[in-house]
Amino acid sequence: MKTFVTRRIVIRLLWVVGFGVAGFVVYAWQSAIPPADPPSADSFDADTLRRGAQLAALGDCATCHTAPGGETFAGGRPVPTPFGTIYSTNITPDLTTGIGRWSRAAFERAMREGVDREGAHLYPAFPYDHFTLLNDADSAALYAFMMTRQPVEARPPENHLPFPLNMRFILAGWKLLFFRQGPYQPDAKQDGQWNRGAYLANGIGHCGACHTPRNSLGAEIRTRHFAGGEAEGWYAYAINSDSQSYEAWNADALHTFLRNGWHEQHGDAHGPMAPVSQNLASAADSDVQAIAAYVASVMGKPVPRQHDNAAADPPSNDTGAALYATSCASCHDGTRPLPFGGVKLTLSTAATGETPTNLIKVILDGLHPPEGPAGAIMPGFSGTLTDGQLESLVSYVRANFGARPPWTGVESSVREARSRGGD
Amino acid sequence: MIELKVNGHSHNVSAEPETPLLYVLRDDLQLNAAKFGCGLGQCGSCTVLVDGAPTLSCVTPIMLLEGRQITTLEGLGSLEDPGPMQRAFIEEQAAQCGYCIPGMMMRAQALLQRNPRASDAEIRANLEPNLCRCGTHMRILRAVRRAATLIAGPGSSPGTPGTHAASAAGPQLDTSDTDNDAQGDARSRPAHSEKRERPER
Repeated sequence: MKTFVTRRIVIRLLWVVGFGVAGFVVYAWQSAIPPADPPSADSFDADTLRRGAQLAALGDCATCHTAPGGETFAGGRPVPTPFGTIYSTNITPDLTTGIGRWSRAAFERAMREGVDREGAHLYPAFPYDHFTLLNDADSAALYAFMMTRQPVEARPPENHLPFPLNMRFILAGWKLLFFRQGPYQPDAKQDGQWNRGAYLANGIGHCGACHTPRNSLGAEIRTRHFAGGEAEGWYAYAINSDSQSYEAWNADALHTFLRNGWHEQHGDAHGPMAPVSQNLASAADSDVQAIAAYVASVMGKPVPRQHDNAAADPPSNDTGAALYATSCASCHDGTRPLPFGGVKLTLSTAATGETPTNLIKVILDGLHPPEGPAGAIMPGFSGTLTDGQLESLVSYVRANFGARPPWTGVESSVREARSRGGD
Repeated sequence: MIELKVNGHSHNVSAEPETPLLYVLRDDLQLNAAKFGCGLGQCGSCTVLVDGAPTLSCVTPIMLLEGRQITTLEGLGSLEDPGPMQRAFIEEQAAQCGYCIPGMMMRAQALLQRNPRASDAEIRANLEPNLCRCGTHMRILRAVRRAATLIAGPGSSPGTPGTHAASAAGPQLDTSDTDNDAQGDARSRPAHSEKRERPER
């Protein structure tokens, strides 16, 4: 009798699990959108293409979708994630390896739902959780721009993801948990420029993809919007009221920084932010102004920065002081103005920020000028500094310029940066 | 006293530990190949090798260098007996004023020690931190390719790295030849700063 009851329970459980699995498969299944003949270039008007180009710049599309030294938009760039390496796809209109056979419906489904033309779920390394906000006109313009690029035949390498993350249908579960599909909902309490900025920053600009922390499953934590995140080994500073910048940001400063890649009170854009500002230089100025106004409002009213340095009389650190004097001071205590002189380290968020990550990374690898235009340059010191010497220098900079309590975990941050190697 | 190993010789140096290596090389050891250009680690004319890696001696204090192998241009050969890198630069007549050349040679030496068959694109990318204001960039690139052949020895087919590099990176040679004036600042790169000039080999 007892075994009979147990058997009945087991059978019922199996039914439930079976229905669950079947339901999930139905939920996860997406149909393919039939291949289409590519639209001809003259089917798009010049204004639409111009708008598309501006949106592609705002979206920083070329940065991820171009391999180092490769053709623009032809994909193949490795995107390191905590789960493995994902290679960006070819988004030129090549018929076999690109998106040449994608209809506008297929393009929009990828942007808004994260599903490719053939019905496969896309990894959220492609930030469709942001692009879903895009309105119809912008989506059409971006499609027009992408479909009129030079087709390039290039197939990206296979992703390096462990089982079961290499099975794309499980992304349906990720979407069920974390993805909210739908267009931007304007905030009636805010003005037009603010709403435009929010639409662009949270949509195509996907600022939060780096500047918002992620949970253990790689989804942005909504309650910590812009509270600081990670990007390719760099710390993406908080750009909300938690900002650790010594000089408070305002809309004007943000606009200048986003457009030019530097600001005299804030220093140079570096790491993954450098290409963002390079792209924003060719975006529509009114769009960048709107983004700046919105982000400034998220940061809130400037609070006078407290010199909460526990050590007004910093601990003696002869090694750090000597290294600073010889290797850093000639630029960072010099008289050359930015962007070619070094920023005063009292103004640098690398010294005042939450973590030593970026300071360590910049000292090790330096800053590289962008391809083409003139830009800031700093030599790296990875070849000459031992870990101990680097820690002394980092501690010295924090104590003497950071005006904040000492960092914890400098040693482990140095180890981690060394293990990642240069960029 | 700090003991420095330069070009295989040990030197006891009485300079302060934070003294830049460049000052010690030039003032104390009379090794004048490495040049003071900007003093800011921005131009590359002070480049030497530390344990085989190119290092900007003007921003490197000697306190970091105890026990490490420092190589300057003097360590690659002499006037009477120039090494392959130096011979290649002479044969290509790659110097105009010559001020940047020691740094160029040292950085190129580090590259070829690591990768004797470096492509043209790799040579260009590698020499990026070193600036030349006269504009002998194309000759410098040819000299590095020639040095690769000389280092590889007589058994190698003449011009192999150069030919290989020129064909592999051909299109790159043809681009961005108009950036010179636009990038008047010291940050313009060697590879971008001269009118196009086809490699002769």
